[in-house]
Amino acid sequence: MIGRQSILEADVDTTGINSLRNGPDDNGRFGIFGGRFVAETLMPLILDLEAHYRAAQKDPAFKAELNDLSVHYAGRPSPLYFAERLTKHLGGAQVWFKREELNHTGSHKINNCLGQILLAKRMGKTRVIAETGAGQHGVATATVCAKFELPCTIFMGATDVERQMPNVLRMKMLGAEVRPVTAGAGTLKDAMNEALRDWVTNVDSTYYLIGTAAGPHPYPEMVRDFQSVIGSEIKSQFAEAQGKLPDAVVACVGGGSNAIGTFHAFLDDADVKLYGAEAGGHGVDVENGHAASMTGGRPGVLHGNRTYLLQDKDGQILEGHSISAGLDYPGVGPEHAFLHDSKRVTYAPITDDEALEAFQLCTRLEGIIPALESAHGLAQLMKVAPTMGKDQSIVLCLSGRGDKDVESVGKYLGLL
Amino acid sequence: MTTRIDTRFAALKAEGRPALVTYVMAGDPDLATGQAILEALPQAGADIIELGMPFSDPMADGVAIQLAGQRSLAAGQTLRGVLGMVEDFRRKDETTPIVLMGYYNPVYSFGVEAFVKAAKAAGADGLIIVDLPPEEDEELCLPAMAAGLNFIRLTTPTTDDKRLPAVLKNSSGFVYYVSMTGVTGAVIKSRGAVGEAVDRIKSHTNLPVAVGFGIKTAEDAAEIGKHADGIVVGSVLVDAVARSLKDGKATDQTVGAVRDLVAEIFSGVKRARG
Repeated sequence: MIGRQSILEADVDTTGINSLRNGPDDNGRFGIFGGRFVAETLMPLILDLEAHYRAAQKDPAFKAELNDLSVHYAGRPSPLYFAERLTKHLGGAQVWFKREELNHTGSHKINNCLGQILLAKRMGKTRVIAETGAGQHGVATATVCAKFELPCTIFMGATDVERQMPNVLRMKMLGAEVRPVTAGAGTLKDAMNEALRDWVTNVDSTYYLIGTAAGPHPYPEMVRDFQSVIGSEIKSQFAEAQGKLPDAVVACVGGGSNAIGTFHAFLDDADVKLYGAEAGGHGVDVENGHAASMTGGRPGVLHGNRTYLLQDKDGQILEGHSISAGLDYPGVGPEHAFLHDSKRVTYAPITDDEALEAFQLCTRLEGIIPALESAHGLAQLMKVAPTMGKDQSIVLCLSGRGDKDVESVGKYLGLL
Repeated sequence: MTTRIDTRFAALKAEGRPALVTYVMAGDPDLATGQAILEALPQAGADIIELGMPFSDPMADGVAIQLAGQRSLAAGQTLRGVLGMVEDFRRKDETTPIVLMGYYNPVYSFGVEAFVKAAKAAGADGLIIVDLPPEEDEELCLPAMAAGLNFIRLTTPTTDDKRLPAVLKNSSGFVYYVSMTGVTGAVIKSRGAVGEAVDRIKSHTNLPVAVGFGIKTAEDAAEIGKHADGIVVGSVLVDAVARSLKDGKATDQTVGAVRDLVAEIFSGVKRARG
């Protein structure tokens, strides 16, 4: 078996036996987390998916095609940008942005969609389904489906359809069918339930293109691999600019695909501090008022994997809340759960208000409108950077752009 | 070890008819009415009872059972409450097997060892946990077997001959064949294909094979029951509960609606081999 690092990364597996980058094991476990908790109908499908993914990992043609698309279609590598005014404003470490919001479709989501759509084509699938929260993954999926001529259906919570209307329109224009899900609170969790129900019904034709680093094995590993390009690029771009490693790296965590993609290259660099910003909503003390599954949840099993979940004392899953549709999910990818328990990454909650403040500051100081999701990461950075020295550096994965959020933020600020 | 499930299937085999397996959601539409429904099932013709443990995110269920679970949770149902229902049932009925059916997280949250002990002590006979494939047998299947509970596995149209032995390996009680790729309550496309699938599974195991998903009428039961050792009805029964409600509350029709429908489907089961 070849190494489990990104197929876009180095060819040689340099991870040692004590490396934090070796997961998952053959059963899809990161420590106790992960696994394959799915109905029997889906089990043969995910085993088949894993076999095809292993074959693709070994195929130079797959890697070449993905690289070519990443460069010429998605616009990689994304820039690493020194945020000078924000650095001055915060008065501590030098602040850098990894500009994933400049990718085609406006977020990091395209990295994973390009990888998985090539896999879907290899497997001969004729229809694609996906779940989406903020609509960023839905847009990226609709985009690659347009390009590769596959019909697609996007499941999106009805609440999210309302608060992310620009992305709904984009998906429709790209030819996708958007199916609003009214069950539960009408957010990402409910969209994922409905996508799984569709998949269990249309097993022969359909490829389920999961957008986050969660779900049954091999999804958490596969999505991580396709997103690891983010951290690998940060590493080489920062080395080129500064001749060293950054001192800290920050990303927001919903399911956690941009975060695991950002962190993975740095997991064995003990000197690089890693911070994940969870959605603290109205505050983690408010029952069912946040989506910080690691800060406020406990291990459980949902959507195919064991991970930290927001749940009541009887194991019923809570809906959670976040102003950011993309972080409004009661679980988190299993590798994050593992990195949380092993204390390699520090996960901390950011409230709606803190994210909004960061959103405005970034817009005014840097002329960059960040996605509300990314604004959570920025708010965490704003807490950490001032405690660091001026000779130190901190990098934020600016995972998406905020065009989709201007209406809801405008309402919140009383501009509409 | 012989469970009530084994005893019941052996008796029905001697009788020459398939088993009627009825699914109801525990505590739907409210805890007291749910108990009354449960206790009415054997009289109406249920040979084996599947008792649904409600879960907030029933990913393999169609709308009918989703809504039943929501009603039950809204009524205050808990996993301990479900076990309490079994205990109360057992005081009146020592022989009708009860299989607890649901999803893993509430059980995991309860604690696996504590749960299998409590379920056995309450008088449950088996478990069906939808999101635990054989790849995860160490989680609950093996502890359940050790505690003397049957672990009943779902096999599906996607479970091919190569995979079937792994699925059957730690199965006991009976095998639950899911008649289609889909969620509960959907429509069976081909009854013929179901018969073939049952024969295929029987070539791999001596366990009884029950068929579920999409069986809605006495006629369905009579047809599918020609091949299968048991037929499972669920969504139509919880639908009957739903239709009997007024403003979301149980009426004096609710228990009777389920009882009458079970009796009607039982007539189909009786003529399956006739």
